[in-house]
Amino acid sequence: MSSRSTSLSGWGRTAPTLAEVITPHRPEDVAATIAAAGPRGVIARGLGRSYGDPAQNAGGTVLDMTGLNTIHSIDPDTGVVVLDGGVSLDTLMRAALPHGLWVPVLPGTRQVTIGGAIGADVHGKNHHSKGSFGNHVLSLDLVTADGTIRTLTPDGPDADLFWATVGGMGLTGVIVRASVQLHRTESAYFVVDTDRTADLDELMALLTDGSDDSYGYSAAWFDTTTTGAQLGRAVLTRGSLAKVDELPVKKRAQPLTFDAPQLLTFPDVFPSGLANPVTLRAFSELWYRKAPRRQRGAIQNITAFYQVLDLFGDWNRVYGRRGFLQYQFAVPFGAEDTFRRIVEKIAASPHASGLNVLKRFGAGNKAPLSFPQPGWTITVDFPVAPGLHRFCDELDELVLSAGGRLYLAKESRTSAAAFARGYPRLDEWRKTRAAVDPEGVFASDMSRRLELT
Amino acid sequence: MIDAVGNPQSILVLGGTSEIGLAVVEAFASDRPLRVVLAARPSDRLDAAKKRLETAGCAVETIDFDARATDTHADVVRKAFAGGDIDVALVAFGVLGDNEQAWTDVSAAVELAQVNYTAAVSVGVALADRLREQGHGALVALSSVAGERARRSNFVYGSTKAGMDAFYSGLTEALRPHGVVVTVVRPGFVHTRMTEGLKAAPLSTTPDAVAAVVVDAVRSKKELVWAPAPLRLVMSVLRHLPRAIFRRIPA
Repeated sequence: MSSRSTSLSGWGRTAPTLAEVITPHRPEDVAATIAAAGPRGVIARGLGRSYGDPAQNAGGTVLDMTGLNTIHSIDPDTGVVVLDGGVSLDTLMRAALPHGLWVPVLPGTRQVTIGGAIGADVHGKNHHSKGSFGNHVLSLDLVTADGTIRTLTPDGPDADLFWATVGGMGLTGVIVRASVQLHRTESAYFVVDTDRTADLDELMALLTDGSDDSYGYSAAWFDTTTTGAQLGRAVLTRGSLAKVDELPVKKRAQPLTFDAPQLLTFPDVFPSGLANPVTLRAFSELWYRKAPRRQRGAIQNITAFYQVLDLFGDWNRVYGRRGFLQYQFAVPFGAEDTFRRIVEKIAASPHASGLNVLKRFGAGNKAPLSFPQPGWTITVDFPVAPGLHRFCDELDELVLSAGGRLYLAKESRTSAAAFARGYPRLDEWRKTRAAVDPEGVFASDMSRRLELT
Repeated sequence: MIDAVGNPQSILVLGGTSEIGLAVVEAFASDRPLRVVLAARPSDRLDAAKKRLETAGCAVETIDFDARATDTHADVVRKAFAGGDIDVALVAFGVLGDNEQAWTDVSAAVELAQVNYTAAVSVGVALADRLREQGHGALVALSSVAGERARRSNFVYGSTKAGMDAFYSGLTEALRPHGVVVTVVRPGFVHTRMTEGLKAAPLSTTPDAVAAVVVDAVRSKKELVWAPAPLRLVMSVLRHLPRAIFRRIPA
């Protein structure tokens, strides 16, 4: 295996660092790389969609896992798929659909590997009904620091290590293979209801009146550029996978067809500052206005329903050279005041955000570092600009005082102490991790920055 | 690690009692406390600096460092990195000297050259080695506008800064492919102990103002900055003046 010295950053294109990148094609290659690791250690990287620095390792080795990309088997009867850690959710979805099978958890992009989906324990619009990705993993093969391949299950003898790996950001080992339980579906379409709300309060009322539970999928876009009576005005889209008889007649012949071409790839020519309060306000106005006030039973494919950004390649380039960060937090039920204050704070600040998502989370899982917890999650995007560091520290304080936490797949700038405050089981995770990697072979810029290990 | 918005976790100050150096640490710490390594000769002033930074919430370690003892520099830098990665390394030591003595007395001239140039190069090499290994980091060198064009009134000092400026400007290019950003800072007249009693030059500034420039440069990865910023233009003009005019400008 050849290695090449490469500058790596996350999807936010901030804080790039240099590492030796190696592309393994077999699990044995992974073990060999781990055995040969230098003092700066090793970390696995998938498709680089984490916003911050979990898949980069300054001065050390990074395993490009996209070389391990075989789907070994899909059992149409049981719905169990066995596949390599480097297979993307996009590839899996396209392979599973002809069998009438659906990937149980899809985040906002399908350009995520299985290893990444487990390592970050990703969630989607259906968290309230199906939980996060780790809930659907039947077993996984982990190459640990000693070079052995361990097969872990959620309830087996190594359950602790299994759950430390779910949400463990690659710091317990390298996921080379997994077996995942897929779900049945009759079609690749959603039946979608849309509600446009005048403000945040109206949105919260819709999300808490019990109606949310009748939809498999639910999330809202909201506006952070409007204030006063329009504070947090939103577009709530909710839906469920369509049954064949719900489809329009012409789609019934091939209900499992999925066709989402990439419309265009953005060139790397955008200046920093293009995404600014003025353009983001205009974008928000447009986004709000183009949504129907109230619509029932629209038939949409997944790209239209919630992976709109997958239509565009390299859309992160729009934020220019300085890059951007995504701020995602969760707060428990009862902390509604906190995110109202946060929305007010963003609206009043010079930092504008266009892509804002609010979602109600269901129950969390057993993983000590898994992000979702019962309550609310909010995601906002900020272009990097002067003063953003202070502004985000202030947001941290509001989130953490309300018993909230930050999401490692998005995280790029908080302090070690602030991160730890949101995860009371961090020490339990550290103990499990230290037992399987006492020398600290697995390390990333994120693990150093947040002092995770 | 320096994070997405430019917060460092650790900083090393070579010349750990430098007023500008400490002002830089305090400026970073006012946003978020960090781990600090102060390398300097043991003194009451060093102890006081340590206490002050600890009060600001920083974890502070001091290391014995003598700029003149170049054969110890590799070891000093190794010790500084022993506690973990160094995100920002600040080369902040230097002496002004007395120009009239320095250009007439061999030992005074050599002393100035050794501290400001030889030692700066020596620690620069040692730092570059460690920063290359860790694959990230910012190296900030405090140069001076005095190095941009030698003036009769302080040309010995200016010559040492010209040398160190050239070294670190070259190091900027050498370390770029290794993921390390080197920033050369050219302050003008700064009101410090070093300049006490001297007549202030136009556009004179303070350690805090220089620190703000340094912090901004690190956050936005700038490779060459002036403090205050307008000096860039002023020096550009001064550099191009004919000698006959330049020598008439009052020192």
